[in-house]
Amino acid sequence: MAYDVIIIGAGPAGLSAGLYAARAKMKTLILEREKVGGQITGTHEVANYPGAVEGITGPELTDRMAEQCKAFGAEIVKDTVTDLMLEGDLKKITTLEGVYETKSVILAMGASPRKLGVEKEDLFTGRGVSYCATCDADFFTGLEVVVVGGGDTALEEAIFLTKFAKRVRVIHRRDQFRAAKSIIEKAEANEKIEFILDAGVKEIIGDALVEGVVVENFKTKETFEVRADEADGFMGLFIFVGYLPDTALVTEKVACNDSGYIMTDTFMRTDIPGVFAAGDIREKSLRQVVTATADGAIAAVQAEKYLDENEAH
Amino acid sequence: MIELTRDNFEAEVLNNEGLVIVDYWGEGCVPCMSLMPDFESLEATYSDKVKFAKLNTTAERKLALSQRVLGLPTIVLYSNGERAAELKHEKANKMGIEALISAMTQGL
Repeated sequence: MAYDVIIIGAGPAGLSAGLYAARAKMKTLILEREKVGGQITGTHEVANYPGAVEGITGPELTDRMAEQCKAFGAEIVKDTVTDLMLEGDLKKITTLEGVYETKSVILAMGASPRKLGVEKEDLFTGRGVSYCATCDADFFTGLEVVVVGGGDTALEEAIFLTKFAKRVRVIHRRDQFRAAKSIIEKAEANEKIEFILDAGVKEIIGDALVEGVVVENFKTKETFEVRADEADGFMGLFIFVGYLPDTALVTEKVACNDSGYIMTDTFMRTDIPGVFAAGDIREKSLRQVVTATADGAIAAVQAEKYLDENEAH
Repeated sequence: MIELTRDNFEAEVLNNEGLVIVDYWGEGCVPCMSLMPDFESLEATYSDKVKFAKLNTTAERKLALSQRVLGLPTIVLYSNGERAAELKHEKANKMGIEALISAMTQGL
């Protein structure tokens, strides 16, 4: 039996869409290939989601969202989507486990960490290069760590890393951080954090593990090395330079902009009837949990409207 | 599933004849928690061909470092005690692990 709506991705956008769809008594399925809660589950503290009390972690916040939509009847299934047939009245979603049919689809696949683009980055991933502070901070207890990035994530994770590392150097390519002023202040006040501005990592030094990085100052063109202490042997390079939309499965099927984000109108509608997009995957001005949940709600309500209009024909 | 520690790693992995696949995970690592049930379900399918084991790197950090694991999740496939293949970061997922096991066990 076909679903009324299948939501691809169980991050905040998908979970909010699931909540609104389920409350509208739509037969709702949310498919998630990796972690329920999405990108925000890598965050140890969410401070800017309206209503998030002090100290709530990313996983705690999204676990609540998941419980909430399940309570209204939404199904969340761990599965990996491999193909989508989005045209027509009955859409088909192919996964590792089988094929699902649905009258409408909400694309909420989110985004993944952007790589820095430095040589041997892949080789050293998991060997000193990391994109997840909550996952890997422990390995660098008492060691030197470098963070690359200039936004909220870079500074928040740098602050988190000071609980483990002996020193955290934040390297940013501009002379000002993009982050919210309150985070910048907090980072500036932290004694273990040093800033290296107008600079970037040019090269990774090391044999089996990251032993250092070569840093270039973009204004003076000077380069210098940041190395692990000899006694320690290795150090951490945490990269927080933005995200790329996870649209690989749909770039050929729905209209996306030059950067790969799905284009929608203010009703979350893509260029395919009955197909909507919500969250970080969309072309939008602000990518936060709060805007993702807003998109999800709008998409679900619009999906319901679409079904009503379709049934009337 | 075998829980690896500094006490049994040598016997269970390094001195083991055949294939051993190890899931390196950590207590703060959310992607590791998401991967765990997938890894366990793969054991149900492939345990006759590959020995499945997991290693809590929060408890055994030195052991992880000795195996050059500084990032999670990391999946390492050992063949006769030697490191034969690994899956790191976004490649450490159910599809990737299954493909790796299939490739390594063809003909077994």
